[in-house]
This record gives sequence, C-alpha cells and structure tokens, in this order.
Amino acid sequence: MRYLPKSPAERQEMLAAIGAKSIDELFESIPEKYRLRDALKLPGPFSEAEIIDYFKDRAKENSLGYTSFLGAGVYQHLRSVITDTILLRGEFLTSYTPYQAEIAQGTLQAIFEFQTLMCQLTGQEVANASMYDGSTATTEAVLMAERLTGRSRVLVARSLHPEYREVLQTYAKNSGLHVEEIGYTKNGTVDIAAVKAASKDDLAAVVLQSPNFFGVLEALPEIAEAAHAVGALLVVAIAEGVSLGAVRPPAEADIVAMEAQSFGLPPSYGGPFAGVIAAREKFVRQMPGRLAGETTDTEGQRGFVLTLATREQHIRREKATSNICTNQALCALAATVHLTLLGKEGLREMAEQNLAKAQFALSELEKIPGVKRAFSGPFFNEFTLEFPRSVRMINGELLREQIAGPLALGAAYPELTKHGLVCVTETTPRAEIERFAAAVRNILTKQL
Amino acid sequence: MAYPTNYRYTKEHEWVDAKDGVAKIGITDYAQNELGDVVFVELPAVGKKLETGKSFGTVESVKAVSEIYAPASGDVLEANGELQNKPETINSDPHGAAWLVKIKLSNPAELDQLMDSSAYEAYIATKGKEASA
Amino acid sequence: MNQKIKKASRHTNQNEGLIFEKSSPGKRGFELPPLDVPKVDVNKSLGTQHRREGIEGFPEVSEIEVIRHFTRLSTWNYAIDLGMYPLGSCTMKYNPRVNEFVARLDGIATEHPYQPQELSQGCLKILQLLEKCLLEITGMDAITLQPAAGAQGELTGLLLIRAYLEKQGNPRSKVLIPDSAHGTNPATAVIAGYQVENIKSESHGQIDVDKLRDLVTDDVAALMITNPSTLGIFEERIPEIAEILHARGALLYMDGANMNALTGVTKPGELGVDVMHLNLHKTFSTPHGGGGPGAGPVAMKKILEPFRPVPILVERDSGKLALEQVRPDSIGKVRAFGGNFGVLVRALAYILAYGPGVRQATEDAVLNANYIRKHLEGAYDLPYSLPSMHEVVFSDAIQKRKGVNTMDIAKRLIDYGFHPYTTAFPLIVPGALMIEPTESESKEECDLFIDAMKSIAEESAATPEVVKTAPHTTRVKRLDEVGAARKPVLRWKTASKSKAAD
Repeated sequence: MRYLPKSPAERQEMLAAIGAKSIDELFESIPEKYRLRDALKLPGPFSEAEIIDYFKDRAKENSLGYTSFLGAGVYQHLRSVITDTILLRGEFLTSYTPYQAEIAQGTLQAIFEFQTLMCQLTGQEVANASMYDGSTATTEAVLMAERLTGRSRVLVARSLHPEYREVLQTYAKNSGLHVEEIGYTKNGTVDIAAVKAASKDDLAAVVLQSPNFFGVLEALPEIAEAAHAVGALLVVAIAEGVSLGAVRPPAEADIVAMEAQSFGLPPSYGGPFAGVIAAREKFVRQMPGRLAGETTDTEGQRGFVLTLATREQHIRREKATSNICTNQALCALAATVHLTLLGKEGLREMAEQNLAKAQFALSELEKIPGVKRAFSGPFFNEFTLEFPRSVRMINGELLREQIAGPLALGAAYPELTKHGLVCVTETTPRAEIERFAAAVRNILTKQL
Repeated sequence: MAYPTNYRYTKEHEWVDAKDGVAKIGITDYAQNELGDVVFVELPAVGKKLETGKSFGTVESVKAVSEIYAPASGDVLEANGELQNKPETINSDPHGAAWLVKIKLSNPAELDQLMDSSAYEAYIATKGKEASA
Repeated sequence: MNQKIKKASRHTNQNEGLIFEKSSPGKRGFELPPLDVPKVDVNKSLGTQHRREGIEGFPEVSEIEVIRHFTRLSTWNYAIDLGMYPLGSCTMKYNPRVNEFVARLDGIATEHPYQPQELSQGCLKILQLLEKCLLEITGMDAITLQPAAGAQGELTGLLLIRAYLEKQGNPRSKVLIPDSAHGTNPATAVIAGYQVENIKSESHGQIDVDKLRDLVTDDVAALMITNPSTLGIFEERIPEIAEILHARGALLYMDGANMNALTGVTKPGELGVDVMHLNLHKTFSTPHGGGGPGAGPVAMKKILEPFRPVPILVERDSGKLALEQVRPDSIGKVRAFGGNFGVLVRALAYILAYGPGVRQATEDAVLNANYIRKHLEGAYDLPYSLPSMHEVVFSDAIQKRKGVNTMDIAKRLIDYGFHPYTTAFPLIVPGALMIEPTESESKEECDLFIDAMKSIAEESAATPEVVKTAPHTTRVKRLDEVGAARKPVLRWKTASKSKAAD
C-alpha cells in the first residue's frame, strides 16, 4: 500500500527486534472476543486514478454549468490560483500547530499577519488566529460578552443569519444565557426603539449583523449608544467580509465576529471556512482561540510565539475561555495570501464591482411587473425581493434554465413567504444577470 | 529566601501579615518558584468580600495558572496596582512589594489556624521530598 | 553532536520581514476583469455614513513579492512532508496529495450549501458514503458529520447525552473525567453545563474501576474515556466500565483521538461505548495545516439518534438523497451549514485508498511505536509498563538527575532534524515524553529517531548544558515567551519600527 513505507521483510525485522512472533501479539491487550476476525466492509482499495474518478463522477451530479444567485453567508468570489500555490506547499499544508516556535516561524508569522489584516479590516485592536466559522465566532463573542459583563441576558437581531442564531441557541441552552430576539423595521434594519426599550442593566450584549441577512446595512452608532448606556457590549457579526472594502468598519462594536470565507475560500458546500473574533485590546484575556505574539529570541532577533495560552483548554482545562483546540489555520492562511494579493486597491475595487453588479441586477429585476425590493436601507451585494408568486415555484422553473435562483426566505421567516434573497458578486457576468431577469420575467408572465 | 517570622502561612502557599485588624496577603517564595516567571495577576475589586478558603484571584505564568485562596475572610481595602505593570515583582520580592491585597479582617482569630514560619518551612521541606521521590 | 547522525538538521536562513514592511502605495498583486455593468457612485449607493475611505495600513505589494514572501516563510516550518512528528495523540500521518486534488475539483469545491438538493446529489452521496464507512469502522448505529473539530465533537456528544437524559426526566449534573484526559474534555464538559469530577488513574495508569463504582451515582451523566488512554495503553476493562455506567443510567463517551490504534482491529461500539467522536485530521489523514481545519464527526448508539444536530441526511424511496432540516428532538446546530465538507471529502478519499485493508495502517502504527519503545527502554524511564499500542510515554526521571527535563530534550531533538514529541502531557506523568510515530514512518526514519533520542540521552548524562540550551541550529533561538505574555504585541502597527530579523 503506497502510504505505508514498509516491506514485508522490514516488518519481520522489526517484530524480531521487539521479540514478538506476529503482529497479533501486539494487540493482546484487547480482549480476544473484541478483536475483529474479518476485514471491515469498506469500499476500495482504490488506486489514485480510481479515487479521482469517484469524485469526478460525484462532481457531475452537482451544479456544474449552473449560474447561482445565492449568498446568505457563503459567497462566490474571485480567488487567485496563487492561494493554492502557497497552501499546497508541504511546509504549510502538512505542518502542525506552532507550539514549537523555533521550527514553526512560517506559520506564526503568517498568523501574526492574519491578525493584523483582520484588525485593519474591522477597525478593532486585537484579533485571534481563527475560530471554526462565522456562526461559532458569533456564539463565542456572545459568551465572551457574558464573561466580561457578568450578565446573562442578550438581545439578538432577527436579521442575524438564521443559522448563526440556531448555533447560538444550541450553546446558550447550557450556559444560562437568556436570548431575546429583536425584530426588524420595514427598512430591513434592526428595530432601534425595541433595542432601547429592552436595554436594562442586566444586559450583556446586543448582537446584530451588518450587512444583515437581508443584505441591508445597519446603523450602528445609535444601537451602540443604547447598549453602552446600560453597560452592555455591542457584538457585530460580518458574514460578507468583502463589504469591508467599501463599507465603514463597525468601529462602535466592542467585539466583531467575522466569517472570512469571502477571502479566498471556495464555497465547498459549507466548509471549511474561518471565523475571526476581533475586539478591543482590554478584552484580550477573555478572548477565545489562539493568539500569535511578537517577541525576541535570546539573541535579540524578532520572532513570533503563541501567547496568552493560559486562556486555553490545554492549560486552563475546565476554566478555559473556550474548548477550542484545532482551529482553521490553513483557511486563515488562505485569507492572508488572498488579501495580500488583492491589497488595498484590489479589495476596494472588488467591493465596488460587487456594489455595481448588485445595483444593476436590482434595476433589471425591478423592471419586471410585480417584482419589488422588500427593504429600503442601503445594501452591499445582496438584496431581498418580493415576488408576486411563490419563490419555490419560480426557482423550480429557473432550474430548467440552469439557474440556481434566490434563497426563499419563508422557511426562516414565516412572515416573508414571497420573498427571496438575491446575491450578485463580481463573478456574475452581466449576460447572466440579464438572462436571469429575462427568465424570471418569462416565468411570471407565463403564470398569469 | 527567609520566611518572615511575624507572618502566617497557608497550605496553598499564601502568607498573611496582619496588624490592627488589617491584613496584607501575598504568595510565598515557594509558590513563585513553582510557578516560574509571572506574567499576569488577576485581583479582586475594592469592596469584594473574601471567604476563607475560596479563590479570590489568579497568578499566571506562561504555562500555568494558580488560584489564590483567601487565608481569612474580610473585605478588600486595596489591590496592588503595581502588579499590573510589573507582575515580575512577585518573583523578585514575593514577601514584600508583591503583596496582592489588603483586607479588613472580619475575624482576626481565624489566623490562629494558620502555620507560623517554622511550621511552614517544615511543610515545604516535606513537599520537596515528595517531589523528588 | 554525534558525527554518525545522518539526518539533515539545518533550517534555511532566509530573512523575511512582515508583508506590511514591503508595502508601497500603488503596488498590486491581483487584477480584476473589467466591470461589465455601469459603475456606481459609492457615496450615493451606500450613503456617506456607511462609506469607507480606505483601509489604513493594508498591504500593497506585487504578485512576485507575495509568492516570495510566503515561500520564504514556508521554509521556516517543519512539516510531515519533511520528516516525522512523533507527537503523541496527534497522529501526524502522511496527508495524501490526491485528497487535495479531489477536494479542489470543479463541482466539489464550488458547491453552495443552499443550492437545490437536486443539484447536490453528488455532495450528498459523498456524505452518505462517508457516514456508512465511519459507522462500519466504529461499530455504531448513527452519526453526525457536522462538528468542525474534535473539541466540537466532544461538545456535541455531551449535548446528545444531556438531551437524552433530559428526555428521561433528569439531565444530571456531573461528568467524570480521568486525570489523564486531554484538556478539551473538562473544558467541553463545562460548556455543556456539567460539573467536572476528576477520577484519578490507578497505579498502571488505567481507570480505577473500584473508584469508579463509588463515583457513579444517579447524578453522573457520563464518563469521558480516551481509549487507548493518553498513555497509549488499551483500557482492558472498558466493557466492565460501560456496564457500571449503564447500570446507573449513565453513558460512556469515548474520545476517539487515539482511534489510530483501533481501526480495523476492534470496534468501540462493541466495547460498550455509547457515543464517541473521531478526529478526521488525526486518524483519517486530513492535513493539520498549521493548526486546522479538522472535523470531529460523532458516532452514536441508536438511543441518541433522535437528538442529532440538523440537518439529517436521508434517502428517499426514489433513491434521491435529501437533507432534512427539522427534527423535533434535535439539539440544534453546533455550526452553520453541514460541516467542514472539504475535510470530509479528504477523509473519504483516504478511506477509499485503503478499503478493507485499513487494518494494515493500524498494525504498522502499533509496530512502529513498540519498536521505538523497545529501543528506548533503558535510555529513558518508562513509568507505566503495560503494553503500548500506537504511542508510548516515557518520563525524564533519569535525565532530571543532571537537571535536564523533557522540554530540553524536546528542543535538542530539533537539532537532530525532528519535531519534538509531546512534552509534559499527560499530566499524570511528571516530565512526560509522549511519542507516537504513526504508520507513515519507515523503518529507516524510526531508526534515525531512535539514534537521535539515544544520543540525546548520552548528552544529557555527559554534557547536559548542550541539551539545556538547545536548539542550536534553528533560525531563531529560544524565544522569550514571558515577555510575549507580559506585554502582548498581537499585530503590526503602521508606526511601528520593530527590529527586523538580521
């Protein structure tokens, strides 16, 4: 077997050196009746070519050839081939967590650069080396706010991604957190009056997303004021990081929980991605996840180490800030490479292309009788449309045109039964936007 | 390093220096030696009520965190702000400048339960033997 | 150093600053295709209150500089592609490159989790096949592929237990954890809302079954066991342990980090385990990538099936696969979307490469560990003498006599061209050296490792200073971790003038 570097002769030599007659002797500590006699029933063994064929066959059964208008927390963006060139270097791909700093300076410096980029993007003072994804980063940010304030009540916007809210609920059930949902206004933004009414001195945090799940940008200063007035923290989740190329970062936030998937990570059917927590420096000791810090060696040379490890599970055990051990390091590296390639101007240009494409798509779609935008607030690359017919029906028809249509919102928001979330990025060609609009127009006309 | 004879000591390696109902509390030279270079100290706020035997803060090195247990009960009058900037004082002067908190003792008689310096020195000598056994 | 040592030992000494230090306005590394729709006025679209003026300090470098920068950084890392990582309980085995290839295929990497299920049958088939394979390997009844890592798997497992017990009327309040357990175990138990009660190991390093009998009350929800233990020793009495727990209505959770000793040889489900997680980035070869991503699927007995996180993969009568989002008793979700799909693809590719012959990998892993143990016994103190499986734990007791400890030995091992073993863990062995070679190591590499460790043992006795001040051949010497913790510098700042590497 090509992954096993032993010849039968070598195995015999080694057994002899140990003084065992057969390999079975080495498994005698497993009681006989529990030792398997037969081989496992598994497919294979496959040669390299057969493995590739298996996955190519599966790929043919997916969405190749379709144009997608889906976003909702996972975004199709340009990514350079250079990202993989770097990621596939064995020294990055197959290296371990950098606990032995002297032989992991590559990883550690890259993490330090990632932390810096995340701070620059979000306008915060410190950022960690990654969490699993945006949903768990948001959850951990809320738990962090709970620890920092010593309070257990949180207000969560309904316009925060439904799956992020579900994950928060799953974790909250066991941590004594009381989660209350705050609704949205007809602009699609958080109901600030409701936030103010619900802000009392037992409040740990107000949690929202911007751009929110409906694609709308939130007005943060007023909400921050309401939260801070009662000593609560403002937690802002960001699912579409590219927005930060054109949109002001949430400076009023105390903690930012960001999903970095948009920075050079393919959609990959939902993962692996990379979450980030960025916050004010004074909160760093309550921040979960690894942190790389700058230091010097015995000869005064600059180097990097994992630091403030006493927050983490391997030292603090039951008193740790989180149980996280393995994180999303390689995904964070992908984001680091991607962002340094794009640079200041590239990210700005990408963001502006997204804005332009989304505006164009909206104007084309609004020309269709009966189709209108549901919310009036400013948006980045996603917007919610109200249709005269069921979105499911429209999407079913769109599939025949090889188009994966907008996300129907009715399942997560029962009051939005005829609403669909449309996402357009710099990767969607104009011709496809026009074809999509024409197809929707046809479908709606036929149905009359 | 000498263990001041007028201090009292706990099994968890805290020391108490009491006078007129007010006590200074710190950790011993033995404790700081076990911990290694101290990087951070977490102390309670003024006014916090300490309960005998309960943890009231932590002392951290790079690789470990130690809880600090109250040797006696009382209210925190002052926490040593110096240690936020210079936690290394705990390593260099654990019995003097590195006091952690000053408390108003609610029951000074509690201190009679604690070890004096010779009892403490004997105690850590046996600990030393255990470690190398 | 002993002149006979053949292994390469010098790290490249390229100097390289931070990417921000190479930045200069006007440079770009990536260009976008031109916009094919009308440009928009950003102020008008977003409103001035939302407009960003630019990202201060963001790098501006060219493509060649990005390539050089990261290529140079990579040369500072040790990696599996270069040599052995004898890290105990990490299972640093070869990361097959075909796994990287298939995970990147168009039609695999490009799929959106919300696309219609009729357009995702390929993805769903991959998930279904992986589920079947992992159930066969573990001997369990049901599985969730959602958790993003082992620790998240542990949390999921405990939440499943809690939900199950709650449905019976009482979630209970305690979880028992051996003092040899990995730190994620107690951290996780607390997050799941349980109190941790530590159970001390007995003199052979195994779970003290008599003590367990006393500790298992009606208030105990579960015992979290690692098998083989973190000492690399099989918990022989695990079926008895399961019985004790079950008799009191408690469950047995198994931390599957050490599955590399069991795959194809025994099934945890048959040993009495009720629920366990797997670490795909350990046993199933997905790359560590400097710290992640991983995946921590959780396999369970039927009683826990109804509580699985949603969505659930089902097969309809038509043969089509679907994801069901609603299950009344589900614990909810531990992360958004279905899981680390890209990692799951790699794990499946690994399993397909081996097929039923995967037992050979387990046998080779155990063979390597025992070969190393045999050759180092005597040079290093062996605190627990029961048979080792895929890993062996020594202690630094002998070397301590000359003031050399496990950290020092680990650092000196770097000079011999190896990554250190796991130091100072498990906690029950003071001064531990935890060594797991995995099946990916040839006899040659094992011999080089043994030679290095023997040489270091000799040095520790004859010239301990050399060991205590190691490493000597790395680009950076021992780094000041104390300074880094006292005054943390966690990012580059525009005005900073940090002393660059000379």
